[in-house]
Amino acid sequence: MNLEEYHGVWVFIEEQENTIAPVSLELLGAGRQLADKRGVELAGVIIGSQVTTLASTVFEYGADVVYVYDQPIFKDYRTESYMKALLHCCETYKPEIILFGATSTGKDLASAVATDLPTGLTADTTELDVEEDTGLLLASRPAFGGNIMATILCKKYRPQMATVRPKVMKALEKEPGRTGKLIEEQINIKEDDIRTKVLEIVRATTKKVRIDEADIVVAGGKGLGSAEGFQLIHRLAETLGGAVGASRDVVEAGWIEHHHQVGQTGVTVTPKIYFAIGISGAIQHLVGMKNATMIIAINKDPDAPIFEACHYGIVGDAFEIIPLLVEQFSRAIAKEEVNHVGEV
Amino acid sequence: MLHIIACIKQVPDTKIIKMNPKTNTMDRASAPAILNPYDAHAVEEAVRIKKKYGGIVSVLTMGPPPAVKAIKKCIEIGADEGYMISDRRFAGADTLATSYALTKALDKIQKSRPVDLILCGKMTIDGDTGQVGPGIARRLDIPPLTSVKKVESVHQEEGHIIVHRKIEDGHEVIQSTLPCLLSVEKEINEVPYSSFPNMIKAARYDPVIWSVDDLEDVDIKQLGLKGSPTIVAKVWAPPKPEGGKMLEGSPHDQVDQILSVILEKKELFQAKGGS
Amino acid sequence: MSERFDCIVVGAGPAGIACAYELAKGGAKVVLIERGEYPGSKNVMGGVLYRQMMEDVIPGFYQEAPLERPIVEQRFMMMDKESAVTFGYKGMEWGKEPYNNFTVLRAKFDQWFASKAVEQGALLINETVVTECIVEEGRVVGVRTDRPDGEVYADVVVLADGVNSLLAKSLGFHKEYRPDEVALATMEILKLDKKVIEDRFNLEPNQGCTIELFGDATKGILGTGFLYTNKDSLSIGVGTLLSGLIKHKIRPYELLEYVKDHPMIRPYLQGSEQQEYLAHLIPEGGYKSMGKVVGDGVIVVGDAAQLVNAIHREGSNLAMTSGRIAAETILLAMQAGDFSEALLDRYRVKLMNSFVGQDMKKYKDSTHHFDKFPQYFDQYIPMMNRAASQMFTVDGKSKWEKQKKIWKDIGSPREKIKIARDAYRAWRVMK
Ligand SMILES: Cc1cc2nc3c(=O)[nH]c(=O)nc-3n(C[C@H](O)[C@H](O)[C@H](O)COP(=O)(O)OP(=O)(O)OC[C@H]3O[C@@H](n4cnc5c(N)ncnc54)[C@H](O)[C@@H]3O)c2cc1C
Ligand SMILES: Cc1cc2nc3c(=O)[nH]c(=O)nc-3n(C[C@H](O)[C@H](O)[C@H](O)COP(=O)(O)OP(=O)(O)OC[C@H]3O[C@@H](n4cnc5c(N)ncnc54)[C@H](O)[C@@H]3O)c2cc1C
Ligand SMILES: Nc1ncnc2c1ncn2[C@@H]1O[C@H](COP(=O)(O)O)[C@@H](O)[C@H]1O
Repeated sequence: MNLEEYHGVWVFIEEQENTIAPVSLELLGAGRQLADKRGVELAGVIIGSQVTTLASTVFEYGADVVYVYDQPIFKDYRTESYMKALLHCCETYKPEIILFGATSTGKDLASAVATDLPTGLTADTTELDVEEDTGLLLASRPAFGGNIMATILCKKYRPQMATVRPKVMKALEKEPGRTGKLIEEQINIKEDDIRTKVLEIVRATTKKVRIDEADIVVAGGKGLGSAEGFQLIHRLAETLGGAVGASRDVVEAGWIEHHHQVGQTGVTVTPKIYFAIGISGAIQHLVGMKNATMIIAINKDPDAPIFEACHYGIVGDAFEIIPLLVEQFSRAIAKEEVNHVGEV
Repeated sequence: MLHIIACIKQVPDTKIIKMNPKTNTMDRASAPAILNPYDAHAVEEAVRIKKKYGGIVSVLTMGPPPAVKAIKKCIEIGADEGYMISDRRFAGADTLATSYALTKALDKIQKSRPVDLILCGKMTIDGDTGQVGPGIARRLDIPPLTSVKKVESVHQEEGHIIVHRKIEDGHEVIQSTLPCLLSVEKEINEVPYSSFPNMIKAARYDPVIWSVDDLEDVDIKQLGLKGSPTIVAKVWAPPKPEGGKMLEGSPHDQVDQILSVILEKKELFQAKGGS
Repeated sequence: MSERFDCIVVGAGPAGIACAYELAKGGAKVVLIERGEYPGSKNVMGGVLYRQMMEDVIPGFYQEAPLERPIVEQRFMMMDKESAVTFGYKGMEWGKEPYNNFTVLRAKFDQWFASKAVEQGALLINETVVTECIVEEGRVVGVRTDRPDGEVYADVVVLADGVNSLLAKSLGFHKEYRPDEVALATMEILKLDKKVIEDRFNLEPNQGCTIELFGDATKGILGTGFLYTNKDSLSIGVGTLLSGLIKHKIRPYELLEYVKDHPMIRPYLQGSEQQEYLAHLIPEGGYKSMGKVVGDGVIVVGDAAQLVNAIHREGSNLAMTSGRIAAETILLAMQAGDFSEALLDRYRVKLMNSFVGQDMKKYKDSTHHFDKFPQYFDQYIPMMNRAASQMFTVDGKSKWEKQKKIWKDIGSPREKIKIARDAYRAWRVMK
């Protein structure tokens, strides 16, 4: 394999109902940095049906080139069809690096493509860097249950592939009007070539609280003692207008559903304010919330590791502090309102 | 008769593993080796399908000799047969080399009994990638179905299966031809407490063990460390964040201080305040 | 219905494993059921394994078993608050074959021992709790486990389920223990560098030392403490009669913390790191509180049969010997095709004629005696310390003078008579 033949940083653009997944925009941000450091082009790859219009957004978020496979057969995501398109693109244009969101689609596609190429694939990356002169991708990720971080290299194969955790990288500011080179491609593929069919897509009807999109997250841990105790977290979240988060132990205890879990095996959140109440601050929890703008920790144990990760810490009993917070916040807000009215 | 194979791995229990803070290495002795929890669900699902449609469940693992224990655990859950490939030459494999070796073993198993369905766990808790399953599927050229949270029905005669795949905000119902490979989510089932007769069977069970030489058409260069494109260049302790400000005073004072810092972010509460 | 076995052994401790080992070796179809994740995972012991009784089961075991250190020195510390009178014996002959005894960590040792029984053909089933014996027409015919389809049947059931054997109790073989019949022991395993251990305890590599602690180690409550050297850890623990804990209103871990912080002990532990904390009961009622040990189709062995020599802190050896004798009896019963209490009673007879029964009888009054007269622990040991202190302090007084003073300090003539009487009594129960 001649490594010299491979150029450029690619991002697989994940799309659903004609909207680009936030993680793809984040990866364009991260990819831009890698491409600049290496002095190469940044490209987005879009596969889908009636998706060519999305290219402009991809340019606006930093891409120099967009490859599009826009064919009706790509209407639904299916490993086999998407894989064929991406393999075709790789073979034709030979990228040095490809990044995917570590979502169910991104991971599925990346695993299949990497096997066929074949090449190395690093899963669930949380830090990315590139060696300027060699183009070697330094993909770092938590390993062994988050106990250590490991940097994974793929020295002898190209492209180098990685899936990257959502919410870890930062998207660039949108640059309206920014454009680039659009390359439209097609592959010859028939429905009969594909062995899977999507019979139905069922979207959750009750709109789940997307805690990864909330500005305020109030998260509780095992320290709340019981499902009843955990109700206090709901109360505070309600009062502040935030979403409820939880540690894994709470989810495992069955006090709340899994989609509220923050951390390594849950979601990553980056709210403006994060309350960690009765949460000890295990490393696996911290990776999911350490990028919050402001972290406030409440814990009975002055030595709890969470205090090393927070901006403000209160050593105290959740059962005393939360009711006080609820009460005083409500009062403060009420006063604000009065002032507000007064100003008018 | 369906032939279902679950791929399983023995892993250190990362929940209780201890790290040596000086060298950043794991104290492997501190963590007992267990059956990868996700794989237990794969085996259980295979057993459920067997019970419903008839068939036989085999499990396959690549690992060091003590991994026989993990196979026995699967027999406890209800698997009928166990295969293990074990050889120093497999050691140090990344996901690509792992899927290669496992595929070679599957080829050999298929010679005597073709496989209709392969089940894998969502991921291993030590490798943490979820890449091996799709890798096997690609190598066997069968459809990979990841994030499976329900097996709706199996139609052996018609040669297809219907499953539910978890997606970010719901699920999709997929039909795939057989044979295919499923990577299953934890929520697909609950692994019940094994019956006493299964415990007895497991205690007596000796799996089939193959070395590299027992497999056919193996390209040694694609095995183990040599066959792994990725290498771990460096490990380090996750950086410790710096501690913040500890608030002092009575609970009342502390709450007051918190209120004053959060109320500075007025924009967050405006909507609420205005309504 | 589940399959039949010749014998079911409940509990994979030294007693159960030894029994299963011998049975399998003798050609019996035996299943060994253990509730822990693996044998030893739940087992607690200070850690002295006696070579002789283990060799009765597996000759030359020390060449391959996971042992910590052969013990070359045994020390005894009579402790007061800030002092201790120590005596002991160290002999190099104990450091080589055939050895005297070893320190072991049960989690490792039991696992190994069980694997040997499996090699002989015993079937080991872990993570399974036996919930009750199945009794039909007054005979035990099998056991019920907590698993689905969990009944198993056999000609004989051996109860090796340890102290407080709920199974033997439910058969009415013994009553609930009184608090003065069981000791509660707590111990910790503390990680410490090999080299540091050897320097601190004055040992060559691969040599070990045991220290038994009396007196202030248990704050004067009847009981003992211990400090043993493992390969790269120390085992420290205290055990006292439950009744003593209740009377003195002290929690067992407080006692352990107290010993660990004792000025005579602390220096040994410095820089070590807690690896494990364990607590366990020890049956100390001795011969007098032993219950029934055989019935139709059932035999009780080891701690479950109260076979512990509290004075010498021996238990695992009595357990193994009882397990071995039970197996011999069962093999005999198999030949005879008779599993009645009458035949199985040969186990009890043989046991009582072995060192197990002899020692149990010899010390039959000891625990009760020391429990009844606490002065041995809370008065005489401090007295010994004061005497030693006076004797060895060089302050210009003649040794004659010192002896006279020590004698006087012991108290009035009446006190002295009382001590003499106590000494005689102690000699009687121990002789
Ligand atoms: C592979 C792997 C993945 C994992 N993934 C995740 C993950 O995604 N997310 C996650 O959260 N964890 C994860 N974990 C688990 C993680 O290691 C911790 O076990 C978990 O986060 C601990 O939850 P906790 O803080 O709620 O409970 P604990 O550690 O039990 O902490 C409870 C805290 O509450 C405090 N407390 C008690 N009472 C009160 C009171 N009245 N008032 C105030 N404080 C009180 C205590 O001092 C203590 O600090 C993972 C672990 C592994 C091995
Ligand atoms: C702190 C301490 C220090 C000691 N130090 C020494 C020492 O230095 N030397 C010495 O020789 N002795 C010592 N002993 C005594 C010794 O540990 C015991 O006498 C010995 O372990 C008895 O062996 P056993 O097989 O009868 O019981 P155990 O070792 O207690 O084994 C019983 C087994 O049965 C299992 N079990 C129980 N109930 C069930 C059930 N219902 N179903 C399935 N399985 C079950 C248990 O999990 C366990 O594995 C010490 C004891 C303690 C507590
Ligand atoms: N060594 C192995 N032997 C058998 N199956 C494996 C092995 N490694 C991984 N698998 C299977 O692949 C799945 C995903 O593993 P991973 O890619 O390591 O996260 C696991 O849940 C197993 O089903």
